[in-house]
Amino acid sequence: MLAFLPLGVAMAGEARVAVAANFRMVVDELQPIFAERTGHNLVISSGSTGKLFAQIANGAPFDIILAADDLRPARLEADGHAVAGSSFTYAVGRLVLWDPTGENVSADRLAQGAFRRLAIANPDLAPYGAAARDVMTALGVEEAPGKKLALGENVAQAFAFVHTGNADLGFVALSQVLAMPEAARGDYWTPPQSLYRPIKQDAALLSFGEDNAAALAFMEFLKSDEAAAVIKRSGYEVP
Amino acid sequence: MSAPDFSALWLTFRLAFVVTCLLLVLGTPLAWWLARTKTHIKPVIEAIVAMPLVLPPTVLGFYLLVLFNPSAPLGGAWLQLTGDTLAFSFAGLVIASVLYSLPFAVQPLQSAFEAVGDEVMEAAASLRASPIDAFFTIAAPLSVRGFVTAAILSFAHTLGEFGVVLMVGGAIPGETRVVSIAIYEHVETLRYQEAYGLSAILLAISFLVLLFVYVFNRRQRVHVH
Repeated sequence: MLAFLPLGVAMAGEARVAVAANFRMVVDELQPIFAERTGHNLVISSGSTGKLFAQIANGAPFDIILAADDLRPARLEADGHAVAGSSFTYAVGRLVLWDPTGENVSADRLAQGAFRRLAIANPDLAPYGAAARDVMTALGVEEAPGKKLALGENVAQAFAFVHTGNADLGFVALSQVLAMPEAARGDYWTPPQSLYRPIKQDAALLSFGEDNAAALAFMEFLKSDEAAAVIKRSGYEVP
Repeated sequence: MSAPDFSALWLTFRLAFVVTCLLLVLGTPLAWWLARTKTHIKPVIEAIVAMPLVLPPTVLGFYLLVLFNPSAPLGGAWLQLTGDTLAFSFAGLVIASVLYSLPFAVQPLQSAFEAVGDEVMEAAASLRASPIDAFFTIAAPLSVRGFVTAAILSFAHTLGEFGVVLMVGGAIPGETRVVSIAIYEHVETLRYQEAYGLSAILLAISFLVLLFVYVFNRRQRVHVH
């Protein structure tokens, strides 16, 4: 059987990338550029970082993980599932306070409690949730009265709560708002980075992809200016 | 057990109890109609009732989120009436759970009612019993098994609900943070000890509840013979 494998595979390689759901769209945009520059292909799987982590720890055949935090890649390295020293920050998420109906959004509106329901990602589960709590603490809006808060499992769900109008205000990712058509972006306030811990998203080369030329090339490509431009345009900072 | 976990457990039982009562009240006339009707749209209604069995909970949850939106008719009316949104509220969870567990109430009731047979109902009618009267004095007692099965399955199914609540709940302590959400949070944050504890309780309750259904059904069957 092996004899029938096309010989071309050795040259135009293939990297299997496990990507955090929030970054999926950016990778989809990076893929054709990467393919054009290197001739290599990407096979992309996306899911929550926690689930990807569990899959990799249980032997899922991915070459690279693009996580939504910096903890899981570090843990993968420590556990020997990722190549030691390979992880780096490929994007830094930006948090925004968002109202799609475009009413005046500001720190004051939050402080005055001028909203019916505030959606945030669950701070115990999601980096964007922890960042939202940081901002609220910094503004002295201590844990807005329990019932006025709605917790999403992750920032995608917090976004859905606001987008469907069930919450009138929410802490979401800038990248999510920028992914909307311009007319649907409403109004948002971008808290200064100093108010919350940086939402570092780290990539790691997994043990599975240690010798995969395509995987190594994509890790390098992520650090390139060309990739950085796409990442920034999508609503992230680059380190 | 920690206070938040106890509160989640208590909330789950309250939810399951309210949903079960509502499902018996709403499911009985629906099941009776399905069991008796000769209309050709019966299969359509039956298919709609059975949909929650096959739909992914996220689909149902997402539709409900759209329906609960204050600018949608239902969500808007509720906001006018109560000053609160349906999403992220106990009432919203009740509506979601009634829909989600509907087949678990209607199907056992329908098969129980179908087994009642037209002859006894016609006999009752010929003795001038009103349809309501005939239902409560003849059909209902003959369908005890269906009622018990419907009640217990609705209760157990609501206890184990996860996906729909995750979509419309918002994890508010004492309001929408049910036990399955609490377990999920424990697992995601690697607090496995707490997760084991709560899971074991849920497992034990679910088993006992189902065991009761099967034992009860067996007894009844023997009784009937």
